[in-house]
Amino acid sequence: MATQRTPKVNLVNLSKSDYRGAPTTLCQGCGHNSINSQIITACYELNILPEDIVKFSGIGCSSKSPTYFLERSFGFNSLHGRMPSLATGALFADTSLTGIAMSGDGDTISIGMGQFKHVMRRNVPMVYIVANNGVYGLTKGQFSATAEEGLALKGQGQNPYMPIDIVWEAVVGRATFVARSFAGDPKQVRELLKAALSHRGIAVLDIISPCVTFNNQDDAHHSYAWGRDHEVALHDLSYVPLAEEIMVDYDAGESKEVDMHDGSRIMLRKLESDYDPTDRSAILCMLEEANRQQELITGLIYIDTEQKSLFDLYNLPDEPLNRLPADRIRPRRETIDKVNAMMF
Amino acid sequence: MSFVETQKKPAEVIPAHPVVNDFSITVATINGTGSQTSNLTLLRALFKMGVPVSGKNLFPSNIQGLPTWYTIRVSKDGYLARTETTEVMVAMNAATFSKDQAEVTPGGVFFYADDFKQAITRDDIVSYPMPVKKLARESDAPSQLRDYVANMVYVGVLAQMIGIDVDTIQQALDFHFQGKEKPIALNFNIIEKAMAWAAENLVKSDPYHIEAMDATEGCIMTSGNTAGALGSIYGGIQFASWYPITPASSLAESLNQYLPQLRQDPETGENTYAVVQAEDELAAIGMAIGAGWGGLRALTSTSGPGISLMAEYAGLAYYAETPVVIWDVQRMGPSTGLPTRTSQGDINLTYYLGHGDTKHVLLLPGSANECFEFGWKAFDLADRLQTLVFVLSDLDLGMNQWMTTPFEYPDAEIDRGKVLWEEDVEKIEDWGRYLDIDGDGITYRTLPGNRHPRSGYFARGTGHDEHANYSEDPVDWERGMERLRSKFETARGMLPKPVIHTRSGAEIGVIAFGSTDPAVCEALDHLNDDGLAVDYLRLRALPVDEEVREFIRNHQRVYVVEMNHDGQLHQIISLEVPDRAIHLKSLTKNDGLPLSADWIRGAILDQERE
Repeated sequence: MATQRTPKVNLVNLSKSDYRGAPTTLCQGCGHNSINSQIITACYELNILPEDIVKFSGIGCSSKSPTYFLERSFGFNSLHGRMPSLATGALFADTSLTGIAMSGDGDTISIGMGQFKHVMRRNVPMVYIVANNGVYGLTKGQFSATAEEGLALKGQGQNPYMPIDIVWEAVVGRATFVARSFAGDPKQVRELLKAALSHRGIAVLDIISPCVTFNNQDDAHHSYAWGRDHEVALHDLSYVPLAEEIMVDYDAGESKEVDMHDGSRIMLRKLESDYDPTDRSAILCMLEEANRQQELITGLIYIDTEQKSLFDLYNLPDEPLNRLPADRIRPRRETIDKVNAMMF
Repeated sequence: MSFVETQKKPAEVIPAHPVVNDFSITVATINGTGSQTSNLTLLRALFKMGVPVSGKNLFPSNIQGLPTWYTIRVSKDGYLARTETTEVMVAMNAATFSKDQAEVTPGGVFFYADDFKQAITRDDIVSYPMPVKKLARESDAPSQLRDYVANMVYVGVLAQMIGIDVDTIQQALDFHFQGKEKPIALNFNIIEKAMAWAAENLVKSDPYHIEAMDATEGCIMTSGNTAGALGSIYGGIQFASWYPITPASSLAESLNQYLPQLRQDPETGENTYAVVQAEDELAAIGMAIGAGWGGLRALTSTSGPGISLMAEYAGLAYYAETPVVIWDVQRMGPSTGLPTRTSQGDINLTYYLGHGDTKHVLLLPGSANECFEFGWKAFDLADRLQTLVFVLSDLDLGMNQWMTTPFEYPDAEIDRGKVLWEEDVEKIEDWGRYLDIDGDGITYRTLPGNRHPRSGYFARGTGHDEHANYSEDPVDWERGMERLRSKFETARGMLPKPVIHTRSGAEIGVIAFGSTDPAVCEALDHLNDDGLAVDYLRLRALPVDEEVREFIRNHQRVYVVEMNHDGQLHQIISLEVPDRAIHLKSLTKNDGLPLSADWIRGAILDQERE
């Protein structure tokens, strides 16, 4: 006999199913599905109301994903490579909202490179996930700009071009939070998502997300097998929310704490004793070295919690702009004479 | 004949018939030498004398060094269009000296800088040398400013010779330099010296005079771009994203200039708006559409090349039904075309911008004042129709100074259209983002930040059903497109009505729009004097409504006058009245210069004689 169970709820009284979306239409085993379920878990565990999140995406398999999580959230599936601009404008409407942007390697690094660079430069506060599989899935398996040189794909021959490293571009592009993970490492993805959701600024997450249909040969750099064999985690990562008592206890000298804008904290337990996620030039050297060694560095790679976010530059009222009444957005009647007097 | 001889030649006859307040002045200078200040000083001084006046800058795409012309028309009758003739020429550019001299109307006047060692070859005009270099050298201007103040010499000489009031010049300088004493004194000083020199050394032997009138009383002088920005501010603009492009940049720059004065809380300093200079037009439109979707009154301003880049996003705004306003300050295309020359060539592009079955609402302001009015109205229309609204200005209207009636405070409350907040969603059992409840094709929308659990939806440019769910169902697709068509029909009745001028006995008509209005009005007055009565419909928006069809039905022939090569408006209107299409005649002129009344008059007479 089955026992009647009340569903578990979080602190905002929502069950995990309140964070779900429509059933996925992506391929079975797609890394993106795994990312989606970690977004659901992270938001549930952080007690974020779905109504406080706005989802954005461009075009591609990755960009279909926001349909499959946080159904109650607003979202906008925009244009190929042009999602950052739309998200920038939309978030101005109510800056208390948290943006989660879902993009892919084609959407971000090929057609969208320009907007990607500028959304980082402006430090638009949102989580920017690149589900990176090195291939164009929705158009049936062409090379993307992150595909490694020499990769052979069915019907495409060999990739003749050098790949672009998203993390490198993000660090150079002055993103204030840069991380990489692997869809096959759900715990790390989840902890990084939680940290990113607490970051006040652009948080770029390059998540290697194998395409089971078009790019999953064991020796392909965006495959599960290659990822598992070559992943080098920089550190163990623990995210400690503001409201939760800090239980984790790392030995001093072995861990580094990073205070987030909202008062929460992330702990990095170092595997490499001298790793400093705030030293950009050292990070670029490390990435270059890892590239030479064919290693996939994962973890929180760079963070800057000091840089002002875009919205901090505009001196906006506390009340969301999109709720301002008419009398606060139209100048008073008596101003019109002054304006006419300002003309010649 | 050398210029020295010409100079010595005494003035012979003062013509019997003086020409008062009815001629055109052209100033030929070199781009980047500061002549714009001198030209605006002349224009503003004339305006302050109560004489109807217009000024047009015919400039090259260049920072410094290429020839540029500024034309000023004074017209006691209030005609402000460009004329084909130049009665008074001021030659300040040695490179165009001969061409400029040849340009002067017989009986006209030629002022020229006396250091040009070039011959006066015409004996049917009056010429006056001006010691530009000498007076500039003798001024107390620092050496690095001498080239700039040199241009004030022609202001002074012209003022003395045609009779521009020195007080109004002072007022113009005071306005231009915003009361800053030093530059005002510096420039005024050289103007006075030039006036004194002219009084002593030149003898008036031409017929052109300015006399004070009171025909500009109550008017202001402004540009369409300034007016458009101010209108947008009174329309409650909350977000603007833009990318620099001639001739649209000054619209966004005017937003930056006036928003802090008009929309900042004086106590907290908080802004009820945000302006972002984007990395390109693709991002400018993306940000504006994002903001519009988020519930902000959002705008971007650009010109033809920017519009081309915005095409994909324009289609998204249409299909996802997102309010946004785009100002297209048109310049000459195709391609980079003539970036500093005016045109009305983006009608077809904007009306249908986007792939698939896409169509947009266009507002067509015909004066600087109307730029202000449509500035605020565009936001109400975009919100009410939940779509992209284009405002089509052009370089002439946007960048030049126009005398216009003062801006009027909006006579309608801000209308945000069908927006649901938490309490509204609570009352509706079956809310669907694209569900047509009222039967007008316009559905109800919610905005991000609405915390009602049923308020959220996933907007998309992909196929969707009435509840915004992804759908490839043929029925859903056709139903959605049919509703968009019905919304477009609803729009017809909501847009600014055309302005119709009738004359008794008129059997033919003219349809025109935008900056050509002064030229059309003047041409039709002259045609009336010629004995040909012509009615005039000034179109102010697309799609057209019944008034336009009726105007066409009520006339034997209707000429569609526009500044593009292919007769784009003629094409669009022909589709609206297929049964009358053969009675619609296209008259186009598109050479980069603002239309003249003479051209319109001639073109209509040519057609009527056939």
